[in-house]
Amino acid sequence: MSKLALKTFTLLQTVTSVGLSALAWVVTGVRPIWNGSLPSDRQRIYFANHTSHGDFILLSACLSEKERAITHAVAAGEYWGRSRLRRFIAQDMLSSVLINRQWTKPEENPVEIMLSVLDQGHSLILFPEGTRNMTEEPLLPFRSGLYNLTMARPEVELIPCWIENMSRVLPKGQFLPVPLLCRVVFGAPVTVAPGEERRAFLDRAHATLLALNPRPERDD
Amino acid sequence: MRHDISILIIGLLVVLTTASIVAAILSARAPKPLSSTLVNLTQRINAWWVMVALMTVAFFFGRYGMTILFALISFASLREFVTLTHTSRSDHWVLLGMFGIIIPFQYWLVWTAWYGLFVIFIPVYCFLLMPAITALHGDTERFLERIAAQQWAVMISVYCVSHVPALLTLDVPGFEGRNLLLIAFLIIVVQGSDVLQYIFGKLFGKHRFSPTVSPSKTWEGLIGGVVSASLLGALLSFVTPFSPLQAACVAFVACSMGFLGGLVASAIKRDQGVKDWGHLIEGHGGMMDRTDSLVFAAPIFFHIVRYFWTV
Repeated sequence: MSKLALKTFTLLQTVTSVGLSALAWVVTGVRPIWNGSLPSDRQRIYFANHTSHGDFILLSACLSEKERAITHAVAAGEYWGRSRLRRFIAQDMLSSVLINRQWTKPEENPVEIMLSVLDQGHSLILFPEGTRNMTEEPLLPFRSGLYNLTMARPEVELIPCWIENMSRVLPKGQFLPVPLLCRVVFGAPVTVAPGEERRAFLDRAHATLLALNPRPERDD
Repeated sequence: MRHDISILIIGLLVVLTTASIVAAILSARAPKPLSSTLVNLTQRINAWWVMVALMTVAFFFGRYGMTILFALISFASLREFVTLTHTSRSDHWVLLGMFGIIIPFQYWLVWTAWYGLFVIFIPVYCFLLMPAITALHGDTERFLERIAAQQWAVMISVYCVSHVPALLTLDVPGFEGRNLLLIAFLIIVVQGSDVLQYIFGKLFGKHRFSPTVSPSKTWEGLIGGVVSASLLGALLSFVTPFSPLQAACVAFVACSMGFLGGLVASAIKRDQGVKDWGHLIEGHGGMMDRTDSLVFAAPIFFHIVRYFWTV
């Protein structure tokens, strides 16, 4: 890419990022609640509940401009990679990391792809349920990715983030958001205990995230 | 008109400056760390500076400014109200309609001064159509609760709030071109009553008015606040079409309604298990925490002026 094209591209990315955060604020009045961790520019994996396409926009709107620039949401490749337009939106404009959940070739291994992003010093937003939650359950069981990542890169902080109300703002299958107030609760970092098994760790991370819901009785 | 406005603005600046100085002196003398009451007091006064500044700007843009400002206040209030109440996935289109159709249409009616439709659009047409849409969706779980919450949300946040800019559509003989001052009068008196109730309550409050609904409302605060705000209304009669006695009476009715509005808002919050409606205004909570009294006072004030002062 020429220098000018690259500059234009970076500018476009910044405008998109600032614009989406501003939009998220106008629509949902989103406010971070730091409950156990604080904003920081150290390398992190933010893991959150997933009910809506808007989830990662809301989460990244709670981060500083500097952090946001190096934080990438992990998105489903078989959905966002399906057309050139989707790929452009997801990868180029929103700088998401696309992974394929039904991978076959070794170079498609999601954990390897995510590790390569972490190795550039960047942070990730991960939805360990693996898909948007459409059930009555507040939170689906976690997939293994979170465990594999933290075993491979234990120095990266795992921060649980409860995203409130997005399922009401933009339910799956809808494209117009209802402007309701949203909050994102950031909890204390989670680490693997010595000798802790995969399933035990995933269940504990699951419970930690669930416990952050500020109004559990209203999760409807 | 210029003269009236200057006096109002200077008056507000004097009150706010005094409040800021008093809060600064209290904070300087108080033991550190500051008590939560004192921190909250300073936050509230700072928020008042911002709110008065915004109102003043809207004031200078006249009809445009007021209509847009109150449409935005409706938006913020409705957002808080709906967030607080139970909705189901199948309510999505009704909720979208509340924000995307009802708010713009109601304020368009204000703008065009179409009184006949303005007064019945929400309480008649929306009240019939909204539950009809919900019923068409076929989701009957907690049906009555959901539609009641939606109807009350638009009633309070859109219908009642829109009566404030609607004051600009009234033709009061001998008061032409000065209707903005009616809005200023209503807001200063009702919000003043809130502040005075807070002050009287903090200083002399002993007997709770309604402990099951709101622990902070006392008889002393209510009487002291409403009486002094009525006197404030009499003092401000020079900006209104009212005589001083009439102004005091109108202010008394508006502030009493304002008190009841605060009580209803507290009851709703208590029912939903929250302390504040939201977090929009530092020290005050959400938009509804600030406008609950105005919301109840506005339609009554509007109708008093309309029935007794217009032709």
